[in-house]
Amino acid sequence: MSGEPARDARFDGGRGRWVGASVPRREDPRLLSGRGRFVDDVHLTGMLHAGFVRATVAHAHLTGVDLEATRAVPGVVAAFDAADLDLGDVVALLDRPPEEFTPTTMPVLARDKIRFVGEPVAVVVARDPYAVEDGIEATVVSTDPLPAVVSEQTALAADAPAVHDEAPGNVLLDVTMFDTPGVDEAFAAAAADGIVVDLVTHSARQNALPLETRGVVAAWDDHDDQLHVQICTQVPHQVRTVIAHSMRVPERTVRVTVPDMGGGFGQKCVVGREEIAVAALARRLDAPVKWIEDRREALTAGFLAREQRYRSRAAFDTDGHITALDVDIACDMGAYSCYPFTAGIEPLMAAAEMPSVYRVPAYRVRARALTTNKAPSAPYRGVSRPQYVLAIERVMEHAARLLDLDPVEIRRRNVITEFPWTGINAVTYDPGSYLESLELAETIMRDEGWTALRERALGEGRFVGIGYCCFSERTGYGSEAFAKRKMQVVPGFDISEIRMDTTGAVVVTSGTMNHGQSHETTLAQIVAEKLGIDIAQVKLRQGDTERIAYGWGTFASRSATIGGSAVSLAAGRLGELLCRIAAHLLETRPENVALDGEGGVVQLDDPTQRISFADIADVAYLRAHLLPKEVEPTLSATASFDVPGDGTFSNATHAAVVELDPGTGRVEFLRYACVEDCGVVIHPQVVEGQARGGIAQGIAGALYEQVTYADNGEPSAASFIDYLVPTATEVPDISVDHLETPCATTENGAKGAGEGGTIGAPATVLNAVNDALRHTGVELDDTPVHPQTVLAALDDAATSREEATA
Amino acid sequence: MTSERQLVVLAVNGTEHELLLEPRQILSDVLRHELGLTGTHVGCEHGVCGACTVLVDGEPVRSCLVFAVQAEDAEVRTVESLGEGAELTDLQQAFRAHHGLQCGFCTAGFLMLAEGFLLQEPDAGRDEVREAVSANLCRCTGYQNIVDAVADTAARRRGSPGSSTQEAAP
Ligand code: FES
Ligand code: FES
Repeated sequence: MSGEPARDARFDGGRGRWVGASVPRREDPRLLSGRGRFVDDVHLTGMLHAGFVRATVAHAHLTGVDLEATRAVPGVVAAFDAADLDLGDVVALLDRPPEEFTPTTMPVLARDKIRFVGEPVAVVVARDPYAVEDGIEATVVSTDPLPAVVSEQTALAADAPAVHDEAPGNVLLDVTMFDTPGVDEAFAAAAADGIVVDLVTHSARQNALPLETRGVVAAWDDHDDQLHVQICTQVPHQVRTVIAHSMRVPERTVRVTVPDMGGGFGQKCVVGREEIAVAALARRLDAPVKWIEDRREALTAGFLAREQRYRSRAAFDTDGHITALDVDIACDMGAYSCYPFTAGIEPLMAAAEMPSVYRVPAYRVRARALTTNKAPSAPYRGVSRPQYVLAIERVMEHAARLLDLDPVEIRRRNVITEFPWTGINAVTYDPGSYLESLELAETIMRDEGWTALRERALGEGRFVGIGYCCFSERTGYGSEAFAKRKMQVVPGFDISEIRMDTTGAVVVTSGTMNHGQSHETTLAQIVAEKLGIDIAQVKLRQGDTERIAYGWGTFASRSATIGGSAVSLAAGRLGELLCRIAAHLLETRPENVALDGEGGVVQLDDPTQRISFADIADVAYLRAHLLPKEVEPTLSATASFDVPGDGTFSNATHAAVVELDPGTGRVEFLRYACVEDCGVVIHPQVVEGQARGGIAQGIAGALYEQVTYADNGEPSAASFIDYLVPTATEVPDISVDHLETPCATTENGAKGAGEGGTIGAPATVLNAVNDALRHTGVELDDTPVHPQTVLAALDDAATSREEATA
Repeated sequence: MTSERQLVVLAVNGTEHELLLEPRQILSDVLRHELGLTGTHVGCEHGVCGACTVLVDGEPVRSCLVFAVQAEDAEVRTVESLGEGAELTDLQQAFRAHHGLQCGFCTAGFLMLAEGFLLQEPDAGRDEVREAVSANLCRCTGYQNIVDAVADTAARRRGSPGSSTQEAAP
């Protein structure tokens, strides 16, 4: 057999040949040799190029768009404003009452009103991208400016201008999701005998920043009677729906396919207005049209995330047990609700899951989505979890300090250890290894000598700190879990179809959408394992609305759990069919045969009797007269999978050791350890890669990246000079240890692994920085922590020390 | 505004191409869209991400910062020149073995950066490799596996394989 994988003893446990092994990635050869096909690599004959005229003021009435000079620019073919293009708006809805949710609409091109700098106002089409730029420059946009709403304060001010007329108070969602009995009593009791932590944490606006920007190529195909839209998206079927709706054409006349994709991280799991415009242009101009977002557009007008403020009050008894949690959450969602998730995406996630891995007996939470004159938000890897985990983990640290408890100890006393656990938030947590991961992380720190170094460093005048973060992450949200969020479209299931050809090789479809997660390899591993064939005999198909009946794409760590389960079920059904035919051909009972794990079916009471898949396929297609009567020709099977109940929770503990440089304020990592549990690991190297890459993005949020605006709403981080993306010298080596608590509800025992790294890192880093500052009295509760912040903290501490000794 | 096109001869991956180009056309665009060498990617067009890195006379250069006309008389090498047919080079194989790529969008830039770097600094250890690799951005991997892949290649080319992640010690 070719391609024998390198087995990894830890995960092999007799489970099989393919699942659990770090097999070489199937997608690598083409990506390593420049033979991948990304959307900007698509070139069609006669292709035109589109670009957008964008607003330069944050908030204004749009009084005129003059495209006359634009259309006269050499090379420019056409130019349109909203009225010319006449497309339907993008509308994302929640099934919630008006006092909780205010629906708003997002036009494809701005009409009447401008709501953020970078908002598309008109579109220019030209023969080459250089002429597009010339055309954009020639366009004159007239506006009547309004004061800009750029923060929680300006949004909620009594005289604040309304970003949307429908939402005069600039609040798009306002839910008091929980107010359980006993909150006030617990705080009263803690005030008398215990402690109360009262804490405000902020996190800055961030850009998910896939290295490949967004882009699309659209072309009408007369033969298929369809508009073919090639686009880098995580959600092809949702893109199809919105394009068809906005263009007012039947969905059948739109086909969406996805080529190789250079990352997404959530930014590409919503439908962008530019892609709708380009699709419409291709039809209107009857020519292929391409649009590739440039980096400046991606930084200023792309979907953003993470700008949140938490006020967290927590009551603890004297033993360090949390007795109540009362939280107010405000998420700055920017100018529009994204499709399909709406502006509720961040606050609803935060409010539902804030109790995290702890046994919280009483809980009150109010969460709001604010609308401001900034580029709108979309889900970004982790969605609110990096923020609520940061808030609750800072609560734990503050409580530990007030009670003089070790940070690990206070977590040990509060962490959920019995499963399934139904929390105060009415969510049922399936089995995980919360305490085990925490203790393993603590052991790593102690046994490697970091705990000792931390003590020693203090005497040497060095600022060394250790930070922990213990958390879980709901992955594999099924329809039931999403229905609780009350979105009007309810994602959840996945469908897979598997087909075997005349040679015994299979093609399997998945409604998930790879954009770097290695699905071509991992989903193929699952199929190879289930059918007992070589992975080279398995080809995955994704990202084509014609080939895949329906799919929800890839987000929320759903691919291995839900998509992986669907391909596994489909492969299992195909296996049954193969066995039925084989039994007939071997002239034995169906119960007397089984898949042999080597690409064939074996007779159980006489293993010398075996028939290969190739031979079965030969009969199924080419000599169908030999088939059993009840079996139809062709070998295919379809299956769908949905996660029941509340989904499945992955968990992890991160531990980091940092040293602060008193000269530069730089935070240097001495060690970063991740102990993670995503259930059954399909491909250890891929899981570790997801953890490391995720942690890098979490570190980015903790120490570097911040989308900033001037008071007038003008973005001030419009290039990589100002938006600081960490490089190899800022991201440390990270060890990854695996615990494995198999998921009982997925087909393969896997839980999601895509987001965890990003979730745990900000709290870990912030806790470590605070630990390094522990003897200074400074507490930092906001991210990112920039060198200036550290320097100021150290300066303050030095001044107060001098004053104390003076 | 559009300016006069001029005849430019570019030597790319050992082949000479005669092209009619506007002076403002940048090398990355010409490689990708005029010559169809789409292995070179563009991530920022302002010289920071390094996705567009190619070798110009053996030196790693950001092709988004160079006008195509400036590359006349030079020897340009892109990712398409690595390997023979379907055969991957030692560096490409190391990227695969160490899982040094996820989405693969940054990969050509890192490969060309590393090719140039290893030619100039064959004795580089893991720290120097990390420093060199910090010239480019990757959003997926967290860099560790890229550093491992390049350091491993350097070690193998020196005849001492097996350099990999070092555990930090207090
Ligand atoms: S595209 Fe050239 S450096 Fe980013
Ligand atoms: S692998 Fe995706 S950007 Fe590097």
